[in-house]
Amino acid sequence: MYGWCGRIARIDLTSGKWEVETPPAALLKDFIGGRGLGVHYLAPFITRSWDDPAMPLLLFTGPLVGTAAPTSGRMAVVSRSPLTGTVSDASVGGSLGTALKRAGLDGLIITGKSPGMCGIEITDRQILIHDATPLSGKGTAFVTEVLKKKGAVAVSGPAAENRVLYANIMVDGHFAAGRNGLGLVFAEKNIKYITVQGKGRPLVKDQVMLKEACKDVLRLVAASPALSGRLGIANFGTGALYDLMDARRMMPTRNFKKTRFIHAADLNAHAYRQQYAPENSGCSGCHIRCKKQARDGRPLPEFETMSHFSALLENRQMEAVMEANRICNDLGMDTISAAATLACHAEIIGRTLEPDEILDLLTAIGTGRDTGKMLGQGSARYARACNRPEASMAVKNLELSAYDPRGAYGMALAFAVSNRGACHLRAYPIGHEILRKPVATDRFSFEGKARIIKISEDLNAVVDALTACKFVFFAASLEEYAKIFEAVTGMATSAQDLLQVGERIVYLERILNAANGFGIEDDDLPQRFFQSQGDALPIDRRAFLKARTDYYIVRGLDHQGRPTKEKATALGLDFHKSGAEPGAKQDDSLYDFNV
Amino acid sequence: MTSMFKHFETKLTSAGLVEKGAALFGFLDARLEWNHPDREAEKLGVLFQNLNINSLLFAQPAEPYATIINYLALTEGEAIQPRDCETRTFLHDLPIAPDPDPARLEFLLKRRKGVIVPHYGIITTGTVSIEQAYVTFSSFCFACFVKFFGDYLRDVRRGNTSAQQKAAYEKASAGLRPLGTDNVALLPGPFHTEAEVLQAMEEAGRQVVAHGLVDSYFGNISCLLGTVLYISQTGSSLDHLGGCIDPCPLDDSSCAGLTASSELSAHMRIIAETGARTILHGHPPFAVILSMDCEVEDCDCAGTCHLKCPHTRMVCGTPIVAGEVGTGPHGLCHTVPKVIREGTGAIVYGHGLFTIGQKDFNVPFQRLLAVENACRREYFKRVST
Repeated sequence: MYGWCGRIARIDLTSGKWEVETPPAALLKDFIGGRGLGVHYLAPFITRSWDDPAMPLLLFTGPLVGTAAPTSGRMAVVSRSPLTGTVSDASVGGSLGTALKRAGLDGLIITGKSPGMCGIEITDRQILIHDATPLSGKGTAFVTEVLKKKGAVAVSGPAAENRVLYANIMVDGHFAAGRNGLGLVFAEKNIKYITVQGKGRPLVKDQVMLKEACKDVLRLVAASPALSGRLGIANFGTGALYDLMDARRMMPTRNFKKTRFIHAADLNAHAYRQQYAPENSGCSGCHIRCKKQARDGRPLPEFETMSHFSALLENRQMEAVMEANRICNDLGMDTISAAATLACHAEIIGRTLEPDEILDLLTAIGTGRDTGKMLGQGSARYARACNRPEASMAVKNLELSAYDPRGAYGMALAFAVSNRGACHLRAYPIGHEILRKPVATDRFSFEGKARIIKISEDLNAVVDALTACKFVFFAASLEEYAKIFEAVTGMATSAQDLLQVGERIVYLERILNAANGFGIEDDDLPQRFFQSQGDALPIDRRAFLKARTDYYIVRGLDHQGRPTKEKATALGLDFHKSGAEPGAKQDDSLYDFNV
Repeated sequence: MTSMFKHFETKLTSAGLVEKGAALFGFLDARLEWNHPDREAEKLGVLFQNLNINSLLFAQPAEPYATIINYLALTEGEAIQPRDCETRTFLHDLPIAPDPDPARLEFLLKRRKGVIVPHYGIITTGTVSIEQAYVTFSSFCFACFVKFFGDYLRDVRRGNTSAQQKAAYEKASAGLRPLGTDNVALLPGPFHTEAEVLQAMEEAGRQVVAHGLVDSYFGNISCLLGTVLYISQTGSSLDHLGGCIDPCPLDDSSCAGLTASSELSAHMRIIAETGARTILHGHPPFAVILSMDCEVEDCDCAGTCHLKCPHTRMVCGTPIVAGEVGTGPHGLCHTVPKVIREGTGAIVYGHGLFTIGQKDFNVPFQRLLAVENACRREYFKRVST
């Protein structure tokens, strides 16, 4: 087998046993890997609660991982989200994906629950489960440092142990499998860490063709202002977007009450560079190296973190942003949701949080004390518990990231219809609405956006299945990656064939969400965006609703946003078997974890 | 969508790529729209059902492109493989379908952004906007133009032109647009305000396009005001620069110019090396053709001239250098600033021409035009000798 290892390990933590199975070739063709395979294996269990021991935690690489294919060292973590109740996946960088592939595995299917806190150690096709009780309560930085000799390290932090619903899994200390609380699923199974190392290499069908195809991608990356330009993310990190969002007046400020933060110029990527003189680092197998690390070892915040811990909270202290980022990473929780939940809290208590207060509250969340217990359940549950639901800026309980949808209508639609809540990465319309790639679109119009968003969702789903980096698609396209896929696997394909795999993945996710009761009422934005407020013009609700209806038509859903048997069949999906027994949405009120 | 259709129809006709009324645009959101009723719409509409696209452009190119493209499509096998920068970077190759059989078109359009059907037309697609389909169409035309005339010069030298090729050449040459005239007076500098800079850039951009010195959304333009370089955005059309110019501080103190042209680094370095205040970059076709006309045989860098050519060749008093788009190890930002001077400019192999000025766009524009006109004359001189 070329590209894939043809080996998936099933680990039952209840019994402590594991076995290896070979995925059928047809399955690999239909879902490829990463998010695709993860969602496939999740399907039969989707109506179970996220904390049911039978609920699988799935980690999958893709066929390009471990080869020379540019930016293809990532992997996907998949399960049902404790925060949103939706199907959930997180694409994560670092070295874990590459290490897993080199250990001879395409993925892990982890079920059951360990009787005590454990660590899973994988070395060249061997899997050992160790007692990790001594690491209980330890931060991700400490645990990563202790374990780094064992290869790539994935860790859950104290936030997960304290049942923060947006707890992350941290890879190699700095790379987060974030947003949907998969760290909590990790910890619920009593996993503290996974380490992986291996010496193998996936087989490549045609090295000459791969080399040529890689050249095409590298040429496009070099030609991309957003990636390799003087002001691009290779030079400044994703923080390069900060000034642009400010210039376009779409920087979420004061919990999305405003779209301009007047101190933004003092807190931009250039200012971080001046202050911290960062060095470049990045994911395994990536030459762009967008990660920036300060001389003291702390990572510079990504754009979302920079923006939300400054503008959204109206915090002017750069060092507080650095520390907030470090605390979130160490405690293992999502920076976007953490900052947005604090912004919601600030709105509810009616005042701006001081920088020290922000840091104290983050620690309280991650350690499960005082108000932190409630804030750890995300802004939506917290705001509802405070009888202020309008203060939560979330879709499907997931907090919006740092792009104000009033400044980019494709983003507005994408946030609303996303299968995992208000995630900017499902369709990533910033590419065409802001960065002008592949061409610019009118960011203040819904015209054509329904199909654009649908196609972009398909694109990003297959990128997550290949486990490549979305950033490279600011420059390259599936045209180039189809050639890479063919060179690596020997399977003939095309850009359009790959897009159809993406469409299949997204539609299956929609089926799984529908099985848990998600529908049209969940595909909506907070009302704030449709009302005149602050300095931003509201989105025309009628135009938004028309675009959503158009999206349903384009996606092959019924008028309530539900999947149809006809479309599922056309995509080769079994409409009835995919979602197991009909389930229900999770309770949206505060959990009583008794922690 | 009507205004978008009209916008790109106008661009196609004003660039001489398509006769008026000959372009068929299709756009699909929840419903499929065409820019006008056309009997081909039904046939091509099937492509929207089977491809994840939202836009399509079909047109028979105008002369001389029709002659050129039909000739190449009938003589090049399964795909035309130009070696100019636009093709190398963005298109890879230009597939050919022998006839407009829908299944064949679908097969080819699954792999590439466009397909040529000889004596029928070019079909291009987009997944975001009809602008993609327009850009690909325009790039197909440019790439074929450069390849056709470049190949002809090579074959004349080798003495192996065919009668069919010669006939196509005669017809295509007769269909060339007249030489550009240099009696254009642009806004005089120096400029003192942002408003003046923007006005001057927009005016110069329009003239560069109007004189056929750049196609679709390629090319770029910049102007220095104080410590800020104003530069056209990536993917902007030089004839529609309103709202598409980024101010970039020379000290990189803001990344708001993240959307600036991919040649921002080259422009910055040119300014640093030469003290220039204005820069124009176009893709004039005969300058590009002659940049690829090299008679050196048994060269170590054969096949990689665009990356590694160590020689600074000259054509019409203008240096030619290697270099790719952007900032890679072989990026033109490393080569152009070293050779470019006011009064000469610099041609990048297979790519285009940079020119510079000290106070406004008059000198760089006139130089751009003069080099292209000189290269065109030189081309026909080389063919005839």
